[in-house]
Amino acid sequence: MNLIDIDTLTPAFRRVETHARAPLGGRDIAVSLRGVEKRFGERTVLDRLDLSIERGSFVSIVGRSGCGKSTLLRLIAGLDQPTGGILQRNAAARSDELQVRIMFQDARLLPWKGVLDNVMIGLPRDKRDEARATLAEVGLAEREKDWPSRLSGGQRQRVALARALVHRPDLLLLDEPLGALDALTRIEMQGLIERLWREHRLTALLVTHDVQEAVSLGDRIVLIDAGRITLDTDVPLPRPRTRTAPGFAELEEQVLSRVLQRGST
Amino acid sequence: MKLAFIARRALPWLVPLMILIAWESAARTGGLSSRVLPEPLAVVKAAWALIESGDLWANVKVSAGRALAGFAMGGGIGFVLGLATGLFKPAEIALDSTVQMIRNIPALAMIPLLILWFGIGEEAKLVLVALGVFFPVYVNTYHGIRSVDRDLIEMARSYGLSGFALYRDVILPGALPSILVGVRFAFGLMWVMLIVAETISAQSGIGYMTMNAREFLQTDVVVVGILLYALLGKLADMAARAIERATLRWHPAYQTKAQS
Repeated sequence: MNLIDIDTLTPAFRRVETHARAPLGGRDIAVSLRGVEKRFGERTVLDRLDLSIERGSFVSIVGRSGCGKSTLLRLIAGLDQPTGGILQRNAAARSDELQVRIMFQDARLLPWKGVLDNVMIGLPRDKRDEARATLAEVGLAEREKDWPSRLSGGQRQRVALARALVHRPDLLLLDEPLGALDALTRIEMQGLIERLWREHRLTALLVTHDVQEAVSLGDRIVLIDAGRITLDTDVPLPRPRTRTAPGFAELEEQVLSRVLQRGST
Repeated sequence: MKLAFIARRALPWLVPLMILIAWESAARTGGLSSRVLPEPLAVVKAAWALIESGDLWANVKVSAGRALAGFAMGGGIGFVLGLATGLFKPAEIALDSTVQMIRNIPALAMIPLLILWFGIGEEAKLVLVALGVFFPVYVNTYHGIRSVDRDLIEMARSYGLSGFALYRDVILPGALPSILVGVRFAFGLMWVMLIVAETISAQSGIGYMTMNAREFLQTDVVVVGILLYALLGKLADMAARAIERATLRWHPAYQTKAQS
């Protein structure tokens, strides 16, 4: 159920992992998947998937709905267990467990707790000031006493973002967190996520069906189709990115055409 | 503006007032025999006499005590069992279908059996109230826990909440609106059960007072008893609403404009 299970299930790899923790060939890998498979009954959602995510990078995973991208995220989060293959989460040098937090498409705030108390979930009581500071980082300091039902969709997602960040995660998983927001709020939130990713030195994994969002945020774009990776490309654009930057539109077009390919065949 | 406000506040009282006037005048002109229904004034006088003698307070105390004790018993057991079946699959498999089966027996149909088991003393009354109260609390607790948003539980788990903390912060507050609906139903049933129990046999309480008055044809006291039950029922309902307002402040349905 939780993160510890996977580690205890694969004690052999934990030992390997301590050696592998040092940058291997100059690459420090936070999460690695080898031949990972997920099946629900007869249906194979992820098919022998190999993927390594470098520490500190921002990886965008795109794909049509139902391609298995959210399942992949849930496996990495430890919410579900793979039916086959090896999934490794490598802790940063300073700790013994990779801290993972996930942001869902809906904010999933507890409606019976105020904004600040929602940020405090799973946090010891004496961290109240840290929670306040994180709430200020997402620009909602003055709303700490409000009920979640009083917030707009974008504000709720900002609270959810603060709730994830206050735990100082190494890896932030974003499961289409902006999917339900309007276009303006979305652009605002993208900027916020990018800024916090840089400031907190996170490793970020964003699942989205919006190619433009994937290109504007990711260092790397991974396309998943029918449970397999069909495209894995770096985004060589300098940050901060604008939609009019040279190369942006071309890359977007290129990825989009690959996403659409299956539909035409 | 002001007139409209007064009219709006006064209008709901107009019909009861007219009924009262019609009742009083019918009684005075002799159209209504005092054996059928005493005049309102006589009811007020009877109530006053009962208050002065201390009988009223003593009987209300006994009845309220029975109601609350029965509620605590039945509601407590219903809540605990509802928690058990809601939270633990084995408990649900073992208990729920049995409870749902028994639920289909009207509680009042159990009266002959209860009298055989417990006699006509206090126990039978408490058990009858408890029996009536048990089912709404049980069903709504079970259903409330079952309908807590699975996504919220998953989120809380992924943020490290488990065991009692998960129950206290997520499951119980999520089930609370439904549990309180059960409590409100139970408050209503509590009085129904009590009235029946006290009417069948009692040596004290409001039911005893009215049945006693019936033997002596004191219609006014009977009416006082009926009005007392109505009043206590209303009080219980107000208490349930107050609990809802206090504990469900977060719920959009309970938020007042002052908070926005």
